[in-house]
Amino acid sequence: MDYKNYINKTYEPFTIEVEKGRLRFFAQAIGEQNPIYQEESTAQEAGYESIPAPLTFPFSITMDAGQSFNVLEDMGIPKTKAVHGEQGFIYHKPICADDVVTGQQKIVDIYEKKGGALLFIVTEISLSNQRNEPVCDLQSTIVVRNG
Amino acid sequence: MKPPTFDSLSVGDEIPSLKTPAVSRHTLALYCGASGDHNPIHVDLDFAKSSGLDDVIAHGMLSTGYLGRMLTNWVPQSAIKSWKNRFSAMTQIGDSVTCSGKIIEKFEDGGEKFIRLELQTNTECVQTIIAEAVVVLE
Repeated sequence: MDYKNYINKTYEPFTIEVEKGRLRFFAQAIGEQNPIYQEESTAQEAGYESIPAPLTFPFSITMDAGQSFNVLEDMGIPKTKAVHGEQGFIYHKPICADDVVTGQQKIVDIYEKKGGALLFIVTEISLSNQRNEPVCDLQSTIVVRNG
Repeated sequence: MKPPTFDSLSVGDEIPSLKTPAVSRHTLALYCGASGDHNPIHVDLDFAKSSGLDDVIAHGMLSTGYLGRMLTNWVPQSAIKSWKNRFSAMTQIGDSVTCSGKIIEKFEDGGEKFIRLELQTNTECVQTIIAEAVVVLE
């Protein structure tokens, strides 16, 4: 099947509220022990408006928005054939507790390797905060085994 | 703790590594809830077996989270400008994850000083992530 017509497809914009308790839980789940990720006062002393989101939390924002791997369902590809191949982040400003983050997913590239045995789907999401400031850009590559 | 300065670092220098305790089912259950990644392949043994695996597998992004911890143990989070991870193998239950990194380039751009790091995560038997990050330093 030719998937190329999915290139440049954009998905519905989304908005996610970043909750303090969730950030604490996330930090605990990755074993992060720096108190700036638990205590608002310590975070503020370090120059953050509130508890900062750890480096990989932006990916969870996109998961919460249902905008990660949803392209597979859209393209009719079983999830069990796909793996997360690459994940990139570009950071512009910290995301902190109580931020309201918006974003929109776009498929930026689709290509094959190994004579069509592997299909690569590259998506991008740019996240902004409630002040319309860019906070983080994510680029994900999903690898699908064909056949 | 004071962050390292640009001038104090050289290409080839290694940054302080990080080794996690063995990944358990409990680790994955907590990360499932906290991360919002509810894919059953990571927490439901019956599902994992029906998908042809012997056991559940760890979330790739959990190891990325550990790698991020290594970075923010070393420099303030705001110093990290970009970061790209390539997942190369699965992490299994009982694996301990070792994160490491070394400086591969120093450069200046627009009056700011940057270093480029090559990072990786390894279990006892396999490399699971290879990554590159760019960090701005004074």
